[in-house]
Amino acid sequence: MRNFKQLALGTAVALGVGLTGAMTTAVQAQDANYVPLLTYRTGPYAGSGIHIANGMHDYLKMLNERDGGIGGVKLVTEECETGYNAQKGVECYEATKGKGALVYNPYSTGITLQLIPKAGVDKIPVLSMGYGLSAAADGKTFPWIFNVPDTYWDGASVVIKYIGEQEGGLENLKGKKIGYIFLDAGYGREPIPLLEQLSEKYGFELLQYPVPGAEMQNQSSQWLNVRRDRPDYMVMWGWGAMNPTAIKEAVKIRFPMDKFIGVWWSAGDDDAAAGGEGAKGYKAMNFSGVGSDFPALDDIKKHVIDAGLSSTDAETIGGTLYNRGVLNSVIIAEGIRTAQELTGKKVITGEDMRLGLEALNLDEARLAELGLKGFAHPMKVTCDDHAGSHPVFIQEWDGKKWRQASGWIEPMTDLVRPLLEAAAAEYAEKNAPWPARTEPCPN
Amino acid sequence: MFYREAGQFKTSYKADQALMPILQDRVGLAVILIIAFAVIPATANDFFLTSIMIPFLVFSLAAIGLNILTGFCGQLSLGTGAFMGVGAYAAYKLTSIFPDANVIVMVLLSGVFSAAIGAVFGLPSLRIKGLYLAVTTLAAQFFLEWCFIRIPWLYNYNASGAIEVPHREVFGIVASGAEATPLARYFIVLGITVFIALLMANVLRGRIGRSWMMIRDMDIAAELMGIRPLRTKLMAFAVSSYICGVAGAMMVFFWLNAAEPSSYSIRLSFQILFMVILGGLGSLSGAFMGAAFIWILPVILKFVPGLMGIDLAAETIEHATFMIVGALIIFFLIVEPHGFARLWAIAKQKLRVWPFPY
Repeated sequence: MRNFKQLALGTAVALGVGLTGAMTTAVQAQDANYVPLLTYRTGPYAGSGIHIANGMHDYLKMLNERDGGIGGVKLVTEECETGYNAQKGVECYEATKGKGALVYNPYSTGITLQLIPKAGVDKIPVLSMGYGLSAAADGKTFPWIFNVPDTYWDGASVVIKYIGEQEGGLENLKGKKIGYIFLDAGYGREPIPLLEQLSEKYGFELLQYPVPGAEMQNQSSQWLNVRRDRPDYMVMWGWGAMNPTAIKEAVKIRFPMDKFIGVWWSAGDDDAAAGGEGAKGYKAMNFSGVGSDFPALDDIKKHVIDAGLSSTDAETIGGTLYNRGVLNSVIIAEGIRTAQELTGKKVITGEDMRLGLEALNLDEARLAELGLKGFAHPMKVTCDDHAGSHPVFIQEWDGKKWRQASGWIEPMTDLVRPLLEAAAAEYAEKNAPWPARTEPCPN
Repeated sequence: MFYREAGQFKTSYKADQALMPILQDRVGLAVILIIAFAVIPATANDFFLTSIMIPFLVFSLAAIGLNILTGFCGQLSLGTGAFMGVGAYAAYKLTSIFPDANVIVMVLLSGVFSAAIGAVFGLPSLRIKGLYLAVTTLAAQFFLEWCFIRIPWLYNYNASGAIEVPHREVFGIVASGAEATPLARYFIVLGITVFIALLMANVLRGRIGRSWMMIRDMDIAAELMGIRPLRTKLMAFAVSSYICGVAGAMMVFFWLNAAEPSSYSIRLSFQILFMVILGGLGSLSGAFMGAAFIWILPVILKFVPGLMGIDLAAETIEHATFMIVGALIIFFLIVEPHGFARLWAIAKQKLRVWPFPY
């Protein structure tokens, strides 16, 4: 009992200390730009999340070490662990927003959805790079949300276009069967409206195989159905542990891997490697550079990893998801730089950051200047278009690493854009009174 | 010495039957309510309100709901998360069908739907008991979660499959949606939680509560004494699900603002069950203590290393929190299997006899 008393006392003291801590953590660095990073290195999605987190962290750290930050002002980053859990994500958001946060990268469609209405109220933009709500690409309705370079609907249209190319033209899709295996959450269901519309337009049959999040490591029943239905192509919208499992299962049922195409989030090196030799030929969309052959990545290696400032395993530099994280940080950094140029301030606010992101123009010259020539397709954000429907390429797994398997493929913007606008209008109507855009347009 | 009822004479039946016959209890409750209604709103920052107090109150209410079923009526349930989800989806549908109605009324009404569904899934409890009943409520959990994913009408055919809370005003104050201030949301959640908790404290010591406890302690004896198991058990399921439903609706309306079906998964059911077990089965104050332990402690533990000047990576803190909380759960269950409520009762006894323990 005595021991217990001491322990109870200890717990009480720890609690008290913690409570006062929670109250006083709002320390804001006066002469730095603060970027919170909502990451997940734990839980079932950590396999994908760690690489992204490393990429985001390392690039910003490298800017601090090499250039002393952006525009002479250091960046302060802070990671907050969300575990891909929406409740924890909101907790992270609330804990960090008071410290002068410039932009949020939730890396979860669920968290993004919760932050969308808050962004305009708290005046902090959300950068959901290639995920989140597709409709948010409509900058007139969603001035605070950015999803450069592509929405899921862009991605879905690219997949169908690519399959059409393989078959010798979109008109040959008639009568074909395309299977769609997806994580049964907001993320995986997002592309379905577009895929259904395309299936009607081009006359292919869309077969859906939802994978519940709790059972993503056991997909045998879904793949049994795939074997029975014999689709001509399989398209996958997976994340975390779902990806390697799906690829293993596909190998097991001897599905032709060159007809299996994943979204850019199913493009991890570990995902494909899980399939072993059999995964050779697996394809995935991508919009961030393949490999580590870029001067900026060499700088990361030199200034951050060799200096022991990161937990990144040097082997993983250049992996798809690592590079994705780097690209995310490039967009953040360029947003800050643009905002500094536009406002003339060095230490900026969330509102300035919004202007910077909206005026973002990452052209080829700038990419080359950053040491990332060819790392991404040039991106330009406008006030109307916060995604930009930028082209995507297909990469192929050769059994050891990814290599680019196609040129840049343009999404079917003419089809996607009206759908996006309709969805944005619907969102605004459902969430009435949705605030009308009053934010100034920088370009 | 500090907690001695000697000298407090009751001169009427009313005084003897009061909810809290002992003066110290009344003072204690008054202090807690003053802190909750005045001190916290006046001093706390947004983070404390939105990430600690609001979720704590929501989980406390859910734990009260489950405690009624499991702690007071003895029916083990693993479907709490789903019943909370029913409340959330019902409130969402109600407020989209009647956009001008008072959102607080809608939240309170939504519990009726989860009560009805809870009663239906409570039917097997008449034939099966204990762990077997847990399995049938587990079926409710999976079935309802499936409904939240598969019936698009429930989420108004949103492409994202999530429910997003619209902007609603109550008496000119924004009550839900992104513009709602944390303070307004805190007061609504606090008001509903305190109201239901006091109501339940009264119900539990009356005829209904006692009939639940009779069923829990020995259902055959209760039946022989004229308690109808069908009505009593189903009522426990309905009341419990009502409270869980209201908690679930508050969770999305006043805390999260948007919810995916995965927010109401089996994880949540277990979370609430652990709160009830740790807090103490069959105790209302235990529900609050359990919720505080499971929700507030991990949030606070995250700040401890930073405060002590130790720079740890976010994921290390997460892992450490996981282990510390897990170890503490095991520790407390070994020291006192009846939960915090029992520890508190022991503490009260010690205060009573202090400084001359015998």
